[in-house]
Amino acid sequence: MSSSVRAQTYENLRSVTGEGYKYGFFTDIESESAPPGLNEETVRFISAKKHEPEWLLEWRLKAYRDWLKMEEPQWAKLRIAPIDYQAATYYSAPKLQNKPKSLDEVDPELLKTYEKLGIPLHERAALAGVAVDAVFDSVSVATTFKKQLGALGIIFCSFGEAVQEHGELVRKYLGTVVPQGDNFFAALNSAVFSDGSFVYVPPGVRCPMELSTYFRINAAKTGQFERTLIVAEKGSYVSYLEGCTAPQRDENQLHAAVVELVALEGAQIKYSTVQNWYPGDAEGKGGIYNFVTKRGACRGDNSKISWTQVETGSAITWKYPSCILEGDNSVGEFYSVAITNNLQQADTGTKMIHLGRNTRSTIISKGISAGRGQNTYRGLVRMQPKAQNARNYTQCDSLLIGHKCGAHTVPYIEVRNPTARVEHEATTSKVSDDQLFYCQQRGLSAEDALSLIVNGFCKQVLKELPMEFAVEAQKLLAVSLEGSVG
Amino acid sequence: MSVMLEIRNLHARIADGREILRGIDLTVRAGEVHAIMGPNGSGKSTLAGVLSGRPGYEVTDGSVSYLGRDLLALEADERAREGVFLAFQYPVEIPGVNNMYFLRAALNAGRRARGESELDAGQFLKTVRAKLKLLEIDDDLLQRAVNVGFSGGEKKRNEIFQMAMLEPKLAILDETDSGLDIDALKIVASGINKLRAPDRAMVLITHYQRLLDYVEPDHVHVLNDGRIVKSGDKTLAAELEKHGYAVFDAA
Repeated sequence: MSSSVRAQTYENLRSVTGEGYKYGFFTDIESESAPPGLNEETVRFISAKKHEPEWLLEWRLKAYRDWLKMEEPQWAKLRIAPIDYQAATYYSAPKLQNKPKSLDEVDPELLKTYEKLGIPLHERAALAGVAVDAVFDSVSVATTFKKQLGALGIIFCSFGEAVQEHGELVRKYLGTVVPQGDNFFAALNSAVFSDGSFVYVPPGVRCPMELSTYFRINAAKTGQFERTLIVAEKGSYVSYLEGCTAPQRDENQLHAAVVELVALEGAQIKYSTVQNWYPGDAEGKGGIYNFVTKRGACRGDNSKISWTQVETGSAITWKYPSCILEGDNSVGEFYSVAITNNLQQADTGTKMIHLGRNTRSTIISKGISAGRGQNTYRGLVRMQPKAQNARNYTQCDSLLIGHKCGAHTVPYIEVRNPTARVEHEATTSKVSDDQLFYCQQRGLSAEDALSLIVNGFCKQVLKELPMEFAVEAQKLLAVSLEGSVG
Repeated sequence: MSVMLEIRNLHARIADGREILRGIDLTVRAGEVHAIMGPNGSGKSTLAGVLSGRPGYEVTDGSVSYLGRDLLALEADERAREGVFLAFQYPVEIPGVNNMYFLRAALNAGRRARGESELDAGQFLKTVRAKLKLLEIDDDLLQRAVNVGFSGGEKKRNEIFQMAMLEPKLAILDETDSGLDIDALKIVASGINKLRAPDRAMVLITHYQRLLDYVEPDHVHVLNDGRIVKSGDKTLAAELEKHGYAVFDAA
C-alpha cells in the first residue's frame, strides 16, 4: 500500500471515528468522552466511569501527582516535536454505532493489506473493527476458549473486568513491577489507563493455548493507555501474544502502555508482540508516538521471562522490555526485530537486572533501517553484588538499506560482582547489491529478494515467535519495507 | 538447431566510463556448449554480467536477442524467470536463509511466471532428491544458509545444483572452475555434462583450459580486449594451453 493511500485511509478512519466530545463531563457522568486536558478531575472521571474501587482511584491520583513532578525523558536518540499533554483526550468510550457493519463497509485498501499479510478471513472482520455482533465466528471462538481456560482456573479478561471480579489479585500485584512513579510515561499511564488485559495462571497450570488479544475483541479501542498485568503462579506456564500484524490505526497520536509480568517460583512467561501502529505518511506526518514501559519480574527461583517483539509501526518507538532477575537461577530473554522506514524513529532495547545467583540473560536484537529511518538499540545489563555466577550474552545486529538511514547501538554494562560474565557482540551490515542481484538472478523480484534477505537477518528472533505469528510477521517485514528498493 | 542467443556488435562500459566490451558477435544454438576463454581483463566477466543483467554496466551499442526477444530490455529477475541462469564466479552468502527455502522460492517464482502451479514442500523435496541422484552429490549443503561458510568447492557445487533445479534454457558459467581442486573440478564438470541437453545451451567462461579436459565444448572462442578474436572447435583450447594468450595481443 502506498504511503499516500495509507495516509488517506487513516484520515478516513479518523473521520469515521470522530473526535467525540460533546458534553462537559464534570457534572455529567453519562458523557462518553472526557474533554481534552489532564487534571485530577480527569483522573476521577475515568475512575468513576469504570466504577473503580476507592483504592484504585487513590492509586491513580498518586500516579498523577507523581507525573506532575516529572519531566519527559530526553536521553533517547529521538527527535520528537513537543507534545501538548493538555490537548490530548484521555478518555473516550468505544463507539459501537459508528463501526462498519460488515466487511463491505471497510476500506478496500485495508483489506488488501490484510490479504498481503495472510490474515485468516474470519479474523479480518474483527481487526477492521466491524461491530462485534456481526463477527459470529470470532465470538464463538472466544467463548469456546474462555470455557476451556475457566476449567483450568486461568483468568484471562479485560483489565476493567479484572478490577471488578478479581480486585484483590489486581491490588496485590498492580504496580509491583512498574511503580506509578517509575518514569514519566508509566506515571501518565498509571493515572489515566483506559483498559487492557489481565492474566492469572494458577499454580502448576500450563496454559494450553496462546493467549491472544484477538479473543478479546470486546476490548477493542483500548490502545491508547493500555495496562496489562500477567501473573504466573508457582510452576505455571503461559504464552501471551499482543498486537497483530494488521495495520493498527488510532485517532490518538500519543500512546503510553504499561505491561507488568510476575513469574513466581519455576514459572515461565513468554510474551510476544507484533506492533504495527500507523507510522505516519512518507513525510512522517500523523504517525503514532509509542512510549511503552514493559517489565517482568522473575520473582521466584528458576523462573523465566521471555520477551519477543517485532516492531514495525509507529512514528516514534520508545520501548525497553526488561527483566528483573530476582530469583536464583532465573532466566531473562529479549528477542527483538525493529524496523524503521521512511522517517520512523525507534529507540528500543532492554534492561536485564541480575539480582539472584546463577541468573542468566540473553539479548538478541536485530535493527533494520531503511529510507531515512533511525534505529537505536539501547540496552542495560546490570550485575548486582549478589548475582554470583550470573551470565549475559548480548548480540546486536544492524542492517542498513540505502544510504540515508542510521543505526546506533548503545549498550550499558554495569558489573558489580566479579564472578559475573557479560558478553557483547555487535555488527552493522548493509544489504549488498551483490546479495540482491544473486537473488534476482535466481528469479526473485527485487522486493521478494529484499524480504528474503531481511527475513534471514531476523531469523534468530522470528523463530522465537509462535508459529502462526511468525508466518504473519515474515510477511509484515516485507510489507514494511515496500518501496525501499528498486 | 534453433538459435538461442544472438549477440551482435555488443559494446558495454563500466561505471568509470571505460569501454570493456568492444563489439562482440556470437551465436549460440540450442544444445550447444560454447567456451569463452581469455586472459584477465579481456571482458569475460563483463560479458556474463551484461547477459545476466547485473547492475553497473551500460550497453552503448549492439543487441542481444534471446529466443527472439530483446534480452537487454528485461530486468535481471525477468531474464532468470525466462530461463537465463548465471553460475556465479563468487557465489554470494545470504545469512539466515536456508538453502532449500531459497531454492524453492526461486523455483516457484519461475513457475508462477510461466503460469505453472507452485510446488508444495513434498513435490519440491521429490525434485530435490531426483536432482541429487542425477548429479551424484550429497545433501549436506541443503539445510545450511545459502553459501554461508561453504568452501570454494561447496559453493560451486551448490551453483551446479541450483542450475539442475532451475532447469535453465541458457546457462552461463562464469569461471566455475576457478579455485577448485581436482576432485571438486571433476564433480562440477560431471554435473555440467549431465545437464547438457538438446534444448539447453551453455556458455562456459574460463581462464584455463583444464575444465575443458572434462567438458567438451562444441565451440571455443578467444576473447581479447573486448572482442572475440578467434573462434574454433575444441582443439583451439589445446592450442591456447600451449601458446598462451600472448599471440592474440597483436590481433
